[in-house]
Amino acid sequence: MTYNFDFAAVLAYWPLLLEGIWTTLRLTLFCTVFGILLGGACAVVRTGGPTWARWIVSLYVEFIRNTPLLVQCYFLIFGIASMGIRLPILVGATIALTVNIGAYTTEIVRAGIESIHRGQLEAATCLGLSRTQTYLHVIIRPALERVYPALSSQYVLLMLASSIVSSVGVEELFGISNRIQSETYRNFEIFVVLGGIYLGLAILVRGGFALLGLAMFPRRRKLGTPL
Amino acid sequence: MNSAYILSLLQGLWATVVLSLLTFLFGGIAGFIVALARISRNWAISRGAAAYIEIMQGLPLLVLMGLCFYGPSILGYDSLSPLTAATFALTLYSSAYLGEIWRGCIQAVAKPQWEAAECLGLTRWQRMRAVILPQALRIAIPPTVGFLVQIVKNTSIASLVVGYAELSYNAKIINNATFEPFLYFGIAALMYFAICYPLSVQSRALERKLNVANR
Repeated sequence: MTYNFDFAAVLAYWPLLLEGIWTTLRLTLFCTVFGILLGGACAVVRTGGPTWARWIVSLYVEFIRNTPLLVQCYFLIFGIASMGIRLPILVGATIALTVNIGAYTTEIVRAGIESIHRGQLEAATCLGLSRTQTYLHVIIRPALERVYPALSSQYVLLMLASSIVSSVGVEELFGISNRIQSETYRNFEIFVVLGGIYLGLAILVRGGFALLGLAMFPRRRKLGTPL
Repeated sequence: MNSAYILSLLQGLWATVVLSLLTFLFGGIAGFIVALARISRNWAISRGAAAYIEIMQGLPLLVLMGLCFYGPSILGYDSLSPLTAATFALTLYSSAYLGEIWRGCIQAVAKPQWEAAECLGLTRWQRMRAVILPQALRIAIPPTVGFLVQIVKNTSIASLVVGYAELSYNAKIINNATFEPFLYFGIAALMYFAICYPLSVQSRALERKLNVANR
């Protein structure tokens, strides 16, 4: 073994790496917000909407869940470009990732909604809650609380998968490192550094979700038990 | 639309299938070892397996591909072929997920079965082979078939770092020449769908069928 490791050459690029980390985190944050909104809406439609709308949602979910993210990115981002619409690449990547994660979120939230006991809905009716109130307080919130662990690990996977959008030219952490790679030729070292950073980010995102969960679900915080 | 392009997409599809099968074969073997290590009574082995799973699940597959592609040449091996490197990375990746799935399945076998086997005086290995694993296998089939979908989808990443020419890579090359992204990526997506959707449906059907006892 005569290989000389040279991590210093890679670490000298730390301002660029930091920029990449920031882009990855921003991308993850936007996709998390939009993804939960999209997935929540689709889950409501899928469990209580008109038949045609349910059909469209399940078509969307099945199609996204059974094709690779990479092909979805190519399809959406190059497709939008081919229609002559000029979008900033980061916006295109956000759209592609949101469409992808929205389908997974739909399935997870749907499972949560279906686990709500009928008695809860009857109780809500007896209390005279409106339809919107019932949805917000009796269905969506407890449903989210129940599937929260599955949801948060799905979003950690999203953060890791966001590295794929580097292939369409987004300069997030992985894209930036491609640039460093072509300037230093330190291929292996850069991947080791990247691995370390992504592991750290995964822990960070998981911790963020845990804190958010404590803030969002006070009942869980007080009792310390899952619903 | 050109028949040469369609042929190239079909070749890509075949490469995807080959990589998926190799991954499932090696990933399955490695995953089984990981699952057994994870439930080992030896503290060091089970913690080691847990750390392995934690690391593999915290790395993006792209980074893993890079490590497997450039790593071996540092250890003195000649650079791996794209297929070997991709299989290597996907094997590591899926062994962690399969190991975790199968560990759950082994531990889901009802407690009295473990106790009864112990009362009969079976050794740990006999108990595993004759009592626990056959029952765990039944529980494990639906999630394993479901994970096959993940493997097929993840093979698309093999084109990015290591440059293995599979379906999405060929579709991208064709798109570079024709610039008709909706058409060619649409066809590629349909091809993936044609493989993955039957697996998804099968997984759900098996889940219903094998879950008879709990209904």
